Amino acid sequence: MSEEVRCKVYVEVGAVFRPEGTMRPVWVRWSDGRKFAVDRVKHCVRAASRKAGGVGLRYTVMICGRETYLYYEENYRWFVEAKT
Amino acid sequence: MERTILHSDMNNCYASIELLHHPELRGKPLAVGGDPERRHGIVLAKDELAKKAGVKTGMALWQARQLCPEITFVPPRMDLYLRFSHMAHEIYGEYTNQQEPFGVDESWLDVTGSCSHHGDGLAIAREINRRIKRELGVTVSIGVSWNKIFAKLGSDYKKPDAVTVIDRENYRNLVWPLPVEDLLYVGRATQRKLNQHGIRTIGQLAQADPEYLKTRFGKMGYVLHRFANGEDQTPVSFSNEAAPIKSIGNSTTTPRDLVNGEDVSVIVYLLAESVSARLREHHFVGQVVELYVRDTDLSSMTRQKKLAAPTNITREIAGAGMELFRCHYHWNRPIRSVGVRVTQLLLDHVPVQMNLFCDQRGRDREHRLDVTVDDIRRRFGFFSIQRGVAYRDRTLSSLNAREDHVVHPRGYMERGNLTGA
Repeated sequence: MSEEVRCKVYVEVGAVFRPEGTMRPVWVRWSDGRKFAVDRVKHCVRAASRKAGGVGLRYTVMICGRETYLYYEENYRWFVEAKT
Repeated sequence: MERTILHSDMNNCYASIELLHHPELRGKPLAVGGDPERRHGIVLAKDELAKKAGVKTGMALWQARQLCPEITFVPPRMDLYLRFSHMAHEIYGEYTNQQEPFGVDESWLDVTGSCSHHGDGLAIAREINRRIKRELGVTVSIGVSWNKIFAKLGSDYKKPDAVTVIDRENYRNLVWPLPVEDLLYVGRATQRKLNQHGIRTIGQLAQADPEYLKTRFGKMGYVLHRFANGEDQTPVSFSNEAAPIKSIGNSTTTPRDLVNGEDVSVIVYLLAESVSARLREHHFVGQVVELYVRDTDLSSMTRQKKLAAPTNITREIAGAGMELFRCHYHWNRPIRSVGVRVTQLLLDHVPVQMNLFCDQRGRDREHRLDVTVDDIRRRFGFFSIQRGVAYRDRTLSSLNAREDHVVHPRGYMERGNLTGA
């Protein structure tokens, strides 16, 4: 658990719900309006973000060749851990 | 077969959850405190740093600030804490269906049945401890033992973020030197009485003669003796079974101190309305009314009264409450909190002995009136219809007693005495 503080930024996310009940993010829109496709979802676990402060489903995703975390918080909002 | 019981306790639960969501406040003392505007200005929870500075739960916010000037107060977010509690229960639920919450942040788990594939109690406790940290971002202390009482002592033994095993080999060394007041059911009064008899540690209680304890404490003497020896047999209840309701009550800290009988009657009526509405909702009538009063010095009294006939009529419950109040409270100090509770419940369709000398038709009318008020409130909101007494002081009557209080800690012996004593 790293103590490096990152900014919690809520983002707009498009997701696909599969018939078996799983959910997969397909794109993310940053607060500045830029929209990125989620190339791949590598992993999904319930996890806490100590850096940004929040708890939920943590999706490990590839966006533009970089690995990053997308959190689906327990209050039904998506956030990312942004660099301050 | 010997049971394996875990007691899991979220460390500084409310404060830890707030710190998780406020990374910028970490490393500074923090307290979760009520709304100072409405005078619920007390410390509900604090983090390690505030605790070290001497801040205690229940302190007024200004007292905490005096002890610890750099403290930050954050208002409580009960819904968030309840969601965390729920998430923790989901994790516990993967190890057992015998899971019994004790308040928002504590739970007993009987994992006897899952030891064969998850490993022994210690292994399961470590796994739960690790998972809660990773998945919820807060820490838990877990006690492992063969009975609920020692499991709870184990979770208190080392904090935060620890696992303590209390087994038949080490309990004399770990548990017996602890002060007797660490035991469940030893409150201030019992502690004082035990101390007077030279019983200061749990070990001394365990070695005392149970018959002697019985003469001093009644049946509870046997129970305490069993607790101290690890002989408590109370089962961990199953997650899906609700305890039978034994009483319905409600209490509140008032928006301002109460200084005369009229103030008290506003609050007693408000509480009686909430209690009687819940009695009607669950189709109960009660035979005993209990009044609880706490003054500005935080010393409290509780008095009970048996009613002539079982009731769920607001006016009768409030009337009994006010009668208790007038008989027993002597206004040494203004009042800070009031509670009304109805016990000895019966189902409302159970036949009862009618009384020739009371106006049963009037009672029926009154009951219909209450039911009508319930219905109006259900359709148009709580404040859509009020008693005249509520208009005597709008500040006092501004609280919606029914909806403001949803978390009720449950008693250890709610299902009766199953300790084996």
